[in-house]
Amino acid sequence: MREPSPHAPLFGLMAEFDQPERLVESIGRARDAGFLRMDAYSPFPVEGAAEALGFHENYVPWLTLAGGIFGAALGYGMQVYTNLAYPIDIGGRPLLAIPPFMLITFELMVLFAVLFAIVGMLDLNHLPRLHHPLFDVETFHLASSDKFFLVIFGDDPRFEEAETRRFLETLAPVRIDAVGHTEQPE
Amino acid sequence: MSDFAGGTPDRYAAVTQEITSIPLRFPAPRGWWILFGFALTLLLTFFVAAGVLFRYGVGVWGNNIPVNWGLAISNYIWFLGIGHAGTLISAMLLLLGAHWRNALNRFAEAMTLFAVICAGLYPILHLGRPWLFYWMAPYPNTMTVWPQFKSPLAWDFFAVLTYLTVSVLFWFIGIVPDLAATRDRARTRGQQVFYGLLALGWRGSARHWTRWQQAYRLTAAIAVPLVVSVHSEISLLFAAGPIPGWASTVFPPYFVLGAAFSGFAVVAMIAVVLRHALGLQDLVRERHLDLLGIFLLATGLMTTYGYWAEVFDVLYSGEPQELGTLQDRISGAYAWSYWGAVIANFLPLQLLWFRSIRVSPIPLFLIALSVTIGMWMERYMLLVTSLYRDWLVSSWGEYHASFWEWALFAGMIGVFLAPFLLFVRFLPVVSAFEIKETLAQEERQQEADEREASRA
Repeated sequence: MREPSPHAPLFGLMAEFDQPERLVESIGRARDAGFLRMDAYSPFPVEGAAEALGFHENYVPWLTLAGGIFGAALGYGMQVYTNLAYPIDIGGRPLLAIPPFMLITFELMVLFAVLFAIVGMLDLNHLPRLHHPLFDVETFHLASSDKFFLVIFGDDPRFEEAETRRFLETLAPVRIDAVGHTEQPE
Repeated sequence: MSDFAGGTPDRYAAVTQEITSIPLRFPAPRGWWILFGFALTLLLTFFVAAGVLFRYGVGVWGNNIPVNWGLAISNYIWFLGIGHAGTLISAMLLLLGAHWRNALNRFAEAMTLFAVICAGLYPILHLGRPWLFYWMAPYPNTMTVWPQFKSPLAWDFFAVLTYLTVSVLFWFIGIVPDLAATRDRARTRGQQVFYGLLALGWRGSARHWTRWQQAYRLTAAIAVPLVVSVHSEISLLFAAGPIPGWASTVFPPYFVLGAAFSGFAVVAMIAVVLRHALGLQDLVRERHLDLLGIFLLATGLMTTYGYWAEVFDVLYSGEPQELGTLQDRISGAYAWSYWGAVIANFLPLQLLWFRSIRVSPIPLFLIALSVTIGMWMERYMLLVTSLYRDWLVSSWGEYHASFWEWALFAGMIGVFLAPFLLFVRFLPVVSAFEIKETLAQEERQQEADEREASRA
């Protein structure tokens, strides 16, 4: 999901909760109220949060599989190619010997599966990133400690600052903050 | 985790505080500096010993024909084996859902990283012309030759490089959420920039967590067979040589288990020292020492089986050369390394049958130290006792490590220790977010149990 562009009036409104269960419950209620564009932030993976957001994505496992196939093909192909390009006949033993080739094939399969998984995960998450509008919110540092945040994005079709704030208040959060856009450096 | 008072949310904050305050306001600066100074001295020894090696060549070592693999290769296997325990603790126990790993996995993985670096340096230094090590990599070159992919040396290159890369990535994505927590608690500008850059802008989005968990678990699932492959590959280095004493089919599992055994010993030593030095008794608890002791005992007994299987193989085969090597091991010139390995590995280990020994830090540390030394002697024994008397009596000879080999070994411990101490000083040594995740799960479980009880 793309995050709000600087053209939206606000990045979003942020509600803070002190229990993971309250966060999951609030996501569900926000979705029931018709909000579509939101995200949740927590110090550790909260069970059920992604499901409540309707986020079901399996790119990373498929990327891992693709990386594994690519690496295995690369490893095996490299050994076949180099042995044909510079044949060394050792006592008439087969030039393309499958058992000794399997080791490097396996290692490169592992290497590329992991590289694809991790680089893919970072890329899908749009990381690394030097700054983010959320970091400007005074209490957001607690998202890595003990607090759980729900942000309704400013470009949600139903977003209207005062009304959305009233809605968030019905969820009984610890507090609500408006998240502005980071000022672009000149 | 009941040591933290208050409700679960307070405990989240307490765990975060306890772990992130270590790099931000280090609790034991004096002890750290003393150890770091010691590590730097060793590191300097490494550079001197490696410099001498580069200047004068492997002639400064005791390696010869027939024993052309001396300390360099036995230490390579030893270091790599130590590294494997970090991956096993972290990846295998993650997949098994053993939450107690969360107190140990971070520093165990860091141990893996630095042990693999030490291991990887050894075969390179052993090459004779170490500055040409990049010839191991397949790249189009003016000589139009390619590496010999049917040779174990090329396997080594790929196995160690893959293992190092995977360990670094697994460790790094595992530490990113805690780096974010450290960034968020940093007070000075320098700390904020340092942890801010390392944390990659992590903010704990639910979508990010989902993808993160997928990547982390998949990497863990791949890392476990990787460990088995890497150390099996090393045992194939032996099996590929027609040397009596190296052809037993028990070698791959024997090597992998021995690796886990020596690695758990080092993890136990590090756990004992860190929990004492950094006051982590409430996170790395008696229960963890107990479990480490059990693991050490279990992998030790499996390694014992490897010893028996090896002897049985020889006796069952009846091959005169194999029998000769067995005799050399138990009564030859290097019998000290065989009996040293047997005694240091397996005698003190038996004390771990008692829980009271497993949970007391000093005895556990000493037993683990004994295992570490014992496993070092085992690697040495496997190499030297096989090589020094092979098929032809005319090619028998002895091997004695030279001063510069010992200097390099001491230096290599510095190569391990210096970055490890930097890790302890500047990065979160225990996984805070995984401990919090476990707390949340425990609470949910407890609530479910209470509901169940009230219904009944």
